[in-house]
Amino acid sequence: MSALEFLLAGTLAAALPLLLAALGEMVVERTGVLNLGLEGMMALGAVIAFICVYHSGSHILGFAVAALVSAAFAMIFAGLVLGVRANEVAAGLAIGVLGLGLSALFGKTYESQTIKGLPDFGLPLLSNIPVIGPTLLTQDLVVWLTIIGTVVLWYVLNKTKLGLIITAVGENSVAARAIGYPVVAIRCAAVAFGGAMCGLAGAYAATVYTPLWADGMIAGRGWIALALVVFGTWQTGRVAFGAVLFGLLSIGQLSVQAMGVALPSQLLSSLPYLATILMLVVISRRRMSLG
Amino acid sequence: MRLRLVRRDTASRMAMIAAPVAALVLSCLASLILFALLGKPAGAALYALLLKPFLTWYSFSEVLLKMTPLLLIAQGLAIGFRANVFNIGAEGQFIIGAICASALPVWYPDGAVPMMLPAMIVAGALGGMAYALIAAVLRTRFGASEILVTLMMSLIAVQILNYLLLGPWKDPRGFNFPQSVMFPGNALLPILLPGTRTTIAFAFALIASALAYLMMQHHFRGYQLRTAGLAPRAAGYAGFNAPGMVLLSLALGGLAAGLAGASEVAGPLGQLQRSVSSGYGYAAIIVAYLGGLNPIGIVASSFLISVIYIGGDSATVSAALPVAAVEVFQGFLLVFYLLTFTSIRYRIEVASPQGSGAR
Repeated sequence: MSALEFLLAGTLAAALPLLLAALGEMVVERTGVLNLGLEGMMALGAVIAFICVYHSGSHILGFAVAALVSAAFAMIFAGLVLGVRANEVAAGLAIGVLGLGLSALFGKTYESQTIKGLPDFGLPLLSNIPVIGPTLLTQDLVVWLTIIGTVVLWYVLNKTKLGLIITAVGENSVAARAIGYPVVAIRCAAVAFGGAMCGLAGAYAATVYTPLWADGMIAGRGWIALALVVFGTWQTGRVAFGAVLFGLLSIGQLSVQAMGVALPSQLLSSLPYLATILMLVVISRRRMSLG
Repeated sequence: MRLRLVRRDTASRMAMIAAPVAALVLSCLASLILFALLGKPAGAALYALLLKPFLTWYSFSEVLLKMTPLLLIAQGLAIGFRANVFNIGAEGQFIIGAICASALPVWYPDGAVPMMLPAMIVAGALGGMAYALIAAVLRTRFGASEILVTLMMSLIAVQILNYLLLGPWKDPRGFNFPQSVMFPGNALLPILLPGTRTTIAFAFALIASALAYLMMQHHFRGYQLRTAGLAPRAAGYAGFNAPGMVLLSLALGGLAAGLAGASEVAGPLGQLQRSVSSGYGYAAIIVAYLGGLNPIGIVASSFLISVIYIGGDSATVSAALPVAAVEVFQGFLLVFYLLTFTSIRYRIEVASPQGSGAR
């Protein structure tokens, strides 16, 4: 397999956990809440999904339970921040630490166990196209569903009343409340949605991408997803583009090493974070100059 | 008749003490239930976690050793948190501090440099401060959120550390382990308590706590910082320099974290390692909040968290608990603390139909 084919085949799968988690967090942040606990929610979803698939053999069950558990877990954050109005940074870090700990605790007896992943399949007709057919257009079911889901999310956020309400709550919660929207309930629902998406992201990482349990398997993807939301400036399309870019970067690192290029891999690993800081400076500066 | 939550204007002194105690009790209960559900000996686990560190002088001294970086970092962070400046990148500032302090002994492993140790400590503290100031400048100059920038900078710091230890700074005779050479004797901090590994950095941490107390409670600068946190607009009308507050908060946070990083490589480690931090920068955030962002409270909370760390090590042996149990316990502590502390700030009031008492 050539390096190009390797990149074409692997990029989407590598991007997927980042995309799922980032889209969830994007909705949370659009309602004006910042949840820093992504890494922990993903780790919890990952271990729950792995245990479910290990015992039942059903990926559908694994993904569903992981989404539910992570959403319920995110409700701890919602209770602290929206309920008793605790500091949002501290609450996010608290569930981040707790989620990572619980993940390691639950996964202890499954260390190095393997399960079956999901088969890849190509789109009818399109997968006959040379080069990109058997690589880019041959992916597992979750990838195809996520692409559809991303389009649906874009539509909901940009073309429906619900999307408008979410924006209103995030941009001016006082006005939204005055009009009569249940601000706290909407934020609560967004946090639950963010948790569920992190659960799915973790489930994909642990039961499809690398169907093997190893402690710390999320390996900073939650932080990258958090960066991705900023990098994508809270826009569905740009977040999806960023996810593919960051996915390409993580896969590209492997092929660069394989090709023996003398570029420190640490520099490539740092690029998402550097790009995010740069993006943050650019958008903040624009916002500042607008007043 | 309706019941409603009304926010108290000030948290009572009793609440400051009651909240962490309640959080500790609730965390113990939650852990007991969780460990029992997982089929672990829950009682033995909690005994190992909370009491065993006190049973021997050596394990107690290890608690003080562990407490040193946590206390230093948390004192620095709490100053910023009280001013609403959220430096959550102490992990990165700690790592950069450790790297800067390691430069001299790595370049001169024979120790042939006068004033080696003081130079290392200063380099570490200034390195951590400079690293934090990048975020401060991006915030004051461009308005970039210091929460996200400090976090990203931490992740970059980890990569810088990896680069150095896998490349130029790797010990040539280290069997390919990602660690630097062992430091010469004149690059190591003196031991404070004979027969233990606790260095004089523990004394630094206590002095830093005293300074933080004096500044926050008795100096005008501390008053400005607290006002900026509690009432940003009032601070603005009073003419307090807001960008200066951000710079000062991040500078002190970075300085303390850098000093802690230097003390770690020049202390118990004696070399630069990949696991130099083992999450102190993040744990210190828990410590800072658990201590009520109060310099005296932080001394107590850093002690408690260190006890759990050392207890966790023995629990892995005696109660067959994974190391993750410590993380779980820390997570519970912070969750319950945020719950109890913020709850105590409210009181339940019976709202009369006229709506008096509403705000």
